[in-house]
Amino acid sequence: MSTIAMPAPDATIIARKPQIVAALLAALPADTVISDPEETRAYECDALTAYRCPPLAVVLPRTTDEVATAMRICHDMKVPVIPRGAGTSLAGGALPTADSVVIGTMRLREFLEIDTANRFIRVQTGVTNLSVSAELEPEGFFYAPDPSSQLACTIAGNIGMNSGGAHCLKYGVTTNNLLGVRMVLATGEIVELGGPHPGGTDLDLLGLICGSEGQLAIVTEATLRILPRPEGARPMLIGFDDAEVAGECVARIIRSGLIPVAIEYMDDVCLRAVESFAKAGYPDCTAVLIVEVEGSEAEIADQIERIHAIASELNPVEFRSSRNEAESLAIWKGRKAAFGAMGRLGDYLCLDGTVPVSKLPYTLRRIGEMSKEYGLEVANVFHAGDGNMHPLILFDANRPGDLERAEAFGAEILKLCVDVGGCLTGEHGVGIEKRDLMTSQYAPDDMAIQMEIKDVFDPGWLLNPAKVFPLAASEPYRARAAQR
Amino acid sequence: MAMPESACASAPTPATLAPQTEAELSAQVAQCHASARALEIAGGGTRTRRAAVPAATQLTTSAISGVVAYEPGELTLIARAGTPLDQIEQLLAAQGQALAFEPMDHRVLLGSNGTPTLGGMVAANISGPRRLQAGACRDHLLGVRFVDGRGRVIKNGGRVMKNVTGMDLAKLMCGANGTLGILTEVALKALPMAESQQTLAFAGVTPDAAVGIFSAALATPFEVSGAAFHDGTAWLRIEGLTRQVAYRRERLSALLRDHAIEIVDETASRQLWRDLRDVRHFAGSDAAVWRIHVKPTDAPAVLKALDMLGGQASLDWGGGLIWYAGNAAAAAVRQAAGAGVAVPVRPAPGTDLPPHPPQAPGVAALTAAIRRTFDPAGILNPGQMGS
Repeated sequence: MSTIAMPAPDATIIARKPQIVAALLAALPADTVISDPEETRAYECDALTAYRCPPLAVVLPRTTDEVATAMRICHDMKVPVIPRGAGTSLAGGALPTADSVVIGTMRLREFLEIDTANRFIRVQTGVTNLSVSAELEPEGFFYAPDPSSQLACTIAGNIGMNSGGAHCLKYGVTTNNLLGVRMVLATGEIVELGGPHPGGTDLDLLGLICGSEGQLAIVTEATLRILPRPEGARPMLIGFDDAEVAGECVARIIRSGLIPVAIEYMDDVCLRAVESFAKAGYPDCTAVLIVEVEGSEAEIADQIERIHAIASELNPVEFRSSRNEAESLAIWKGRKAAFGAMGRLGDYLCLDGTVPVSKLPYTLRRIGEMSKEYGLEVANVFHAGDGNMHPLILFDANRPGDLERAEAFGAEILKLCVDVGGCLTGEHGVGIEKRDLMTSQYAPDDMAIQMEIKDVFDPGWLLNPAKVFPLAASEPYRARAAQR
Repeated sequence: MAMPESACASAPTPATLAPQTEAELSAQVAQCHASARALEIAGGGTRTRRAAVPAATQLTTSAISGVVAYEPGELTLIARAGTPLDQIEQLLAAQGQALAFEPMDHRVLLGSNGTPTLGGMVAANISGPRRLQAGACRDHLLGVRFVDGRGRVIKNGGRVMKNVTGMDLAKLMCGANGTLGILTEVALKALPMAESQQTLAFAGVTPDAAVGIFSAALATPFEVSGAAFHDGTAWLRIEGLTRQVAYRRERLSALLRDHAIEIVDETASRQLWRDLRDVRHFAGSDAAVWRIHVKPTDAPAVLKALDMLGGQASLDWGGGLIWYAGNAAAAAVRQAAGAGVAVPVRPAPGTDLPPHPPQAPGVAALTAAIRRTFDPAGILNPGQMGS
């Protein structure tokens, strides 16, 4: 049994399932509404698979108006709504409740406008992250945020969670690349924010919507900032025998005035798993950095030379820079295979805390100590340039108590991240996974004002219930909402 | 927390509040909330503001000042809201870093005195020419502490670059012009200053040609970090490592070889962009000044429409920002702006600053409801945003 509690579903809503489904079917094309329990089961979880609950029904609209219709019906019948992109959330951000209707964006698949002269693309938000860059490739442009689930995850989910990726050290995360949205409020009202030209607005509601985890609205269209493709990119691999020295290397590269597009870190546990799985030819050492730089051939050579000089002062066990495409792929091979390789070792929990870069060595050391205390192995693979850690806690789901122990260990690590000046989640979101840890980062008033904002957008507290805010903290708000 | 008798609740005439600490500020605002006493909030007082409601109490954050932490290896700066911006810029420059969004110094254009503060910069989301490439102030804001309209001390975000824990209120505070809360501390991302810079100048071009040059240059991977136009000359700024700048200059010159190009070197380039940032070309005149946000390729048509109204205009952000200096009526300026958004910056002599542009009804309703949530008594900078 897992440890994160969900509120008891409202039996009166479940009892009204036939009427709710009938209302949806009366207003929407028949093939957009799914209510057969065999089929709704496909939506019972996201990528946090330890938690599952089939919803009452699922709606998969093709237009903003259909989303608005579904939202209005749910609103009028007081049925909770679970916004869902591709269901790749690692935080349980799209976990249904038994009394809810899932509204998925995956059929909102139109590319609406590409404007390279003004440097934006407008899309329906069910398109996948990777398909946006693919669509732009003939024009020589790309969309910068690149979460590792980019093959599957949708722009709607990226906006909901303010997704990042390996390259956000240079290009920023979703919120820095989002120019405008069309969205549907809980009442079914359609509202547009921003557009191709930034600036001139009153309050930055766009900044508030991005990363609001489906608490405020469902975004159906997005205007995204696009960037010209770099001429070339080349990674280098730097191996160290000491984790702290590797951390120091990261800080020195950044202090030198270079901003590589990515600085990735892998520790020895991860390296061994990756070596036996992907045979990437990584050195047998304590820590490996993969640093990628961009530009023309000469620019790349210049940057590699500078990073080589910085690393050399720290006596790396290996410094390898790619000379061609094949070598670049070889260097990235192990990093890209890391999560798959870890999966072969058993079940794992993937954490997502961020720490100040200067606290990386200390945090890594503490995680190592806690790993011994909990008797659970941890691998570390993460975006070092911005301090966004991804400790993977290995456990055995078939062994009673192991998941609970792993979750308790994970909570300790995230509290450690907050204690050293960081945060609970750098790019995965709070969802249900970190909901009950919010009190370690935020004081009551810090959370109260966020819940008051939810009151503004969603007075009935119907959108994405039981996520983000600890149930005890949100209880008075939900009780008031139930009276409305 | 003690506060002066005359501070707020019982004062018959407007007083000036100058809290020394966040706690003192919190107590003062709580009292003003209880008695519905309006506050006119100032950082360094360098920008033109709309007239406050009568009898508003002045409140300045200038005493809540000082750097809390600066970690060059983390590109992170934390400082209190009243800290003078030039102090921050010097601190960063000593480590070869800067605020990449290049905040404008309004004293040049507005002929104002005072000292720009970090809090004022964030409250107004002040972002200069490099917004085009590096993003705005809001994109570099990592976290905030503020006192809301009830006097509650609230923090949001943090000091790390990646943080999606809870709602992003930092962005909401950035550009709210003090109407949601009074900032007490901000955490910002600092970035390395470019090792080198040069500017390509294109003289004798029309606005159409200028925007064409911008769109062509901004479709290259050469990270053009400034694209501005005034009085028949277009400029493109390139920055980076020394070798990179030389390479990018050659490639861009080849791409745009149909135009006569003059190279503005390092020192002159820095001065040029400082002047463009501060809109020095419209300083000293007595015309009203507007910022008009448009889709870049719409800019030439808007310039033509503005030309019919008299006055002068220049472009920044690759055409996405029009600076207009002229005394046409607000309604006429807004009409000329078309689909763009016209924001008043400097009033015509003897007049009040026109209100902020109206918003679509759905957005306006959400905006007003959020204001009521943060400031139920409506005491924070009432009237500033025209609402």
